Amino acid sequence: MATLSADFELPLRSFELRLALEVERTVALVGPSGAGKSSVLRAIAGLARPTGRIALDREVWLDEQVCLRPEERRVGLVFQEYALFPHLSVQRNVAFGGKPRVGELLERFRISHLAHARPAELSGGERQRVALARALARDPGVLLLDEPLSALDTHTKDTVRLELQELLQTFDLPTLIVTHDYEDAAALAGTVGVLVEGELRQLGSPAELVSQPNDPFVASFTGANLLRGRVQSHNDGLTGVQLESGEVVYSTDTAQGEVGVVVYPWDVSIGRIHTDDSALNLVHGEIASVSRVGNRVRVRVGPLTAEVTAASAERLELARGGVVIASFKATGTRLVPLAR
Amino acid sequence: MNLRRALFGALTFGAAALALVFLVLPVAAIFLRVPPRKLVHQLSSPIVTDALIVSAKTTAIAQLLILLFGTPLAYLVASRRFRGRSFVVTLIELPLVLPPAVAGLGLLAALGRSGLLGTDIPFTQTAVVLAVAFVASPLYIRQAIASFEAVDPNLVAAARTLGAGPERTFFHVVLPLARGGLAAGTALSFARGLGEFGATIMFAGSLQGVTQTLPLAIYSAFAIDFDTAIAMGALLVAVSAALLILLKLVLAWQPSRQTSSFLSARSS
Repeated sequence: MATLSADFELPLRSFELRLALEVERTVALVGPSGAGKSSVLRAIAGLARPTGRIALDREVWLDEQVCLRPEERRVGLVFQEYALFPHLSVQRNVAFGGKPRVGELLERFRISHLAHARPAELSGGERQRVALARALARDPGVLLLDEPLSALDTHTKDTVRLELQELLQTFDLPTLIVTHDYEDAAALAGTVGVLVEGELRQLGSPAELVSQPNDPFVASFTGANLLRGRVQSHNDGLTGVQLESGEVVYSTDTAQGEVGVVVYPWDVSIGRIHTDDSALNLVHGEIASVSRVGNRVRVRVGPLTAEVTAASAERLELARGGVVIASFKATGTRLVPLAR
Repeated sequence: MNLRRALFGALTFGAAALALVFLVLPVAAIFLRVPPRKLVHQLSSPIVTDALIVSAKTTAIAQLLILLFGTPLAYLVASRRFRGRSFVVTLIELPLVLPPAVAGLGLLAALGRSGLLGTDIPFTQTAVVLAVAFVASPLYIRQAIASFEAVDPNLVAAARTLGAGPERTFFHVVLPLARGGLAAGTALSFARGLGEFGATIMFAGSLQGVTQTLPLAIYSAFAIDFDTAIAMGALLVAVSAALLILLKLVLAWQPSRQTSSFLSARSS
């Protein structure tokens, strides 16, 4: 797979965006609104004029000598509100990106039956599929997605996220996603970067960001653990999920198939003694890491990260290698459908 | 209290009725003065047919020039941010507030034989075209700027990232989306051009069959043959009213377009 490398500076209204990033598979940038996330995509696509270097493998798009125009860069940019041409049918929207593969793309994104419909007639999920098909029609070397899920209501979001995740796996393109929602980022990308005021605070796997945040902001922003697993049983209003690590945890939420169990670090407690409480999920294990964030401490146990006060970390003498029991309530969890 | 309310109601309705009658009366009078059959007869007089041909030809050519040169100007002003932009917009709007006689004077001073550029244009049909274009173009250009500005910049950006250069983006995205506003601007400036009087008579004179447009012919006929003047007046009223209705239809048709295509798409 190709690699997109971007290393540039771009002055924005109230701060300067500075980014050095290599995108190989799927990378997500998360951050609060106004952090410069969309500007990153605009700069890569050639819609904004940064200084620095942007290249796809050996193909230079921007450096001191070169500055390719947007139409000369092989990008597929999917806009936040999709930016479908309202005066063109679905088919002609897709054909705008490139004619040869229109039929195949409509088929692949299951929008053939909508070929002659106008964008205004489509649902949010359908619009996103049209926007993706259109972006791929120009045969891009890199895919850029601007808040791909924020234009959707919470009701359809889970379904579309799952769909998007499955699609991304088939594209085989370096993909950069920006989103304000950490859960979306963790679900869609293997590498997540936290962008605050134009600065990349931390870059790592979702699990790393939760267990070893560089600073309090990253800690507060990269909210939840996302434990991958498969629904095994439904009993008494509890859904049993077998995690990839083998343990079974229970949730009061309901779902089917492959899921992510979402639990916040501050909803996980750490103890030394085994308590027999059926409403609690227990994970035994060695402490993999301990990181202090302000007056709180993040402790990683197996697949799970807990956040406890510095005082209780001291009292429990938490250190790497120690064996503890992490527990969290079934009611404190949510299930998010994931692609396999 | 009730008395005051009644008085207020009566005054409001009275004033409104008076204003409406005042606006309609002159137009109605034109049609009431001459019976329809006589109207048709008057319209076949050579003065009228000559003026009609001159008006149709010059207004059409002027409108074509306005579209051809005004559209690029409006697009550049709408899509670029540059120093002195609001000054340029003011320059574009200037002919709108200029008294037409002054506009004619200005054209003479610029293009007259002893003028700035020293040409032979004054008192020819070309002069009519230029006078009409000068006076009517701001109405189109202003509307065109607003229509281009209303096109979502993300759609333009999307077109570029999909591999379309500036020309393809303009013709396939911007122009179709601004179409309704451009049509409205065209109708407005066409109506203004058709009624042009002051600048034309100063810059082009009033020579029958050459520079005498319908408004000029009305002016020269009304002292001699009032009925013929009235007949031409009726003709202009009819054309202007038709343009106004067309304009309203175009504007009303815009937002409902999606609904109608929705119905046709679902039924097919």
